Amino acid sequence: MDNESTYSGYSYKSSHSRSSRKHRERRDRHRSKSRDGTIRGDKSVIIQAPGEPLLDAESTRGDDRDDNWGETTTVVTGTSVDSISNEDLTRISKDLEDSSPLECRRYLSPALGAILGLISLITPLAFLALPQLLWRETLDPCGTPCEGLYISLAFKLLILLISTWALFLRPPRAALPRFFVFRCLLLALVFLFVASYWLFYGVRVLEPRETDYRGIVGYAASLVDALLFIQYLALVLLEVRHLQPAFCLKVVRTTDGISRFYNVGHLSIQRAAVWVLDQYYSDFPVYNPALLNLPKSILTKKMSAFKVYNLGDENNTNNSTGQSRAMIAAAARRRDNSHNEYYYEEAEVERRVRKRKARLVVAVEEAFTHIKRYQDENAATSSPKHPREVMDPREAAQAIFAPMARAMQKYLRATRQQSYHTMESIINHLQFCITHNMTPKAFLERYLIVGPTLQYLDNSKGRQWTLVSEEPVTASLRQGQVFCLRRLDFSLVVTVTPLPFLRLGEEFIDPKSHKFVMKLQSETSV
Amino acid sequence: MSFVPGQPVTAVVQRIEIQKLRQGNNLILGFSIGGGIDQDPGQNPFSEDKTDKGIYVTRITSGGPADVAGLMMGDKIMQVNGWDMTMVTHDKARKRLTKKNEDVVRLLVTRKSLEEAVKHSMGGYPRP
Repeated sequence: MDNESTYSGYSYKSSHSRSSRKHRERRDRHRSKSRDGTIRGDKSVIIQAPGEPLLDAESTRGDDRDDNWGETTTVVTGTSVDSISNEDLTRISKDLEDSSPLECRRYLSPALGAILGLISLITPLAFLALPQLLWRETLDPCGTPCEGLYISLAFKLLILLISTWALFLRPPRAALPRFFVFRCLLLALVFLFVASYWLFYGVRVLEPRETDYRGIVGYAASLVDALLFIQYLALVLLEVRHLQPAFCLKVVRTTDGISRFYNVGHLSIQRAAVWVLDQYYSDFPVYNPALLNLPKSILTKKMSAFKVYNLGDENNTNNSTGQSRAMIAAAARRRDNSHNEYYYEEAEVERRVRKRKARLVVAVEEAFTHIKRYQDENAATSSPKHPREVMDPREAAQAIFAPMARAMQKYLRATRQQSYHTMESIINHLQFCITHNMTPKAFLERYLIVGPTLQYLDNSKGRQWTLVSEEPVTASLRQGQVFCLRRLDFSLVVTVTPLPFLRLGEEFIDPKSHKFVMKLQSETSV
Repeated sequence: MSFVPGQPVTAVVQRIEIQKLRQGNNLILGFSIGGGIDQDPGQNPFSEDKTDKGIYVTRITSGGPADVAGLMMGDKIMQVNGWDMTMVTHDKARKRLTKKNEDVVRLLVTRKSLEEAVKHSMGGYPRP
């Protein structure tokens, strides 16, 4: 297949990334930033996660797979300082075999962050240690105040270390197409701080061999304070600012119209996209392309009734538009019964599904009555009489799978889910349910209710999405923005609306003011 | 007998004069009233419009002064001695009817059959 030849370079890259991912996770301090994926057809820039084949479990395994996705994927983003021009794109794509420029770019930012962090943690210790090492004799002796400062320095460094570990040393969840502005800002700030402190230290302390050791210790302590404050700033910018809801995002899936509304805070478009995708995997029911189309028998009936004959040699273009217009007009005038057929066909399909569901439920209930948990106390009494074969969950699952297999398969076929559940996966799930003492209804929950996409995903591979937006993706969310998250065969359209400003009034009700009277209809005789 | 708020109420009324009967210390008229602006109009069995909060005659003691005067059950009392009864509370209506210093009450009452009678009488003569 020609698909394989185009993807060969990509699979070479993916093996690279998988082995080096472990290293990255250990000293990773920040998510990786902008880098370009491999290019197909020189036209697209893609958000990419490591180690992922292009055709994965999420897209359909059916026949209606879009094999031309490479030509149809485009990204329109605004220019930023770090955008790569088209010439660079083509140049990079030509060196497909030599993947080192892309690799370096990917590890650049976590490495930078890690180095900066390490330097900034070591700096206060260096400030303290250098005078002791270099001109110990001439230093002023510094007793209790210094020791107090040592203690406070030590604890602050410990707190800095712990909070760095808690906040920043997490494996990245997404690879964004452009720089994460706040993170860059913070890295720059840290660099500036540390650089200026070193500059001052070099000029004022190292050069003249300053003897006031207490001052030096105080200086180191002030650096640690400044680092703690920068970390506070990082916490606020990266973690806290976007928690207060400000916008409502409407996410609609283009293929079947399933939509959800989410509340988010102030985020950039790319961060909002990552957040939406996180929610997508657990909220949206899985995309089943087999459920989409009207049966072809209904749709094609309209047009097939007319045959159009071409008389004479006029302009072909004029004729074709006139032809189609005539056909459409004639079809519109005809009495349209296709909705009738659609209605009856829907009713028929629903009836069939319900019948098969009933059969499945009965078969599963019956199958579950064949086994029960083995109790150890009964062993002594029952084993002399009739030794029962003791099975582990896997064997038990296989034993009771046989009677329900046919009903299960028919049901899955009726609801077009057969591509999501292999026999192996059904037996695994059965084993899982038996082990945890689940009832047949709990076992069937997975097949009767269409679950979120996350349920059908295997987590070993990353997921590739393309962010399509008319504005630069680092811009903040604003009212009326629309951006798309495109995948191979469907996309999510996200619309941004701001949450309304709420004017809350107050009304006090005296608890004693709740009084009632009966409605009267009295009759008085006069 | 429904009314349009803000417009004057028009109705065909009958004048009924009742002489109060002295019974011991009380002057009685021999009928019972129901309704009023402080009552629930939905429970009135005699009104056509269930939002009508007027005063209706709910019971008539046979042989009493009201019966003799020609008052019928289900009549809506529009005026008593010149006082309006279409927008009064139940208690006010009772008080207007039972004033100790009055021997005679002159009521203006309306009922559906009056309207019909007028229509019939007018419809019989075609207008020139």
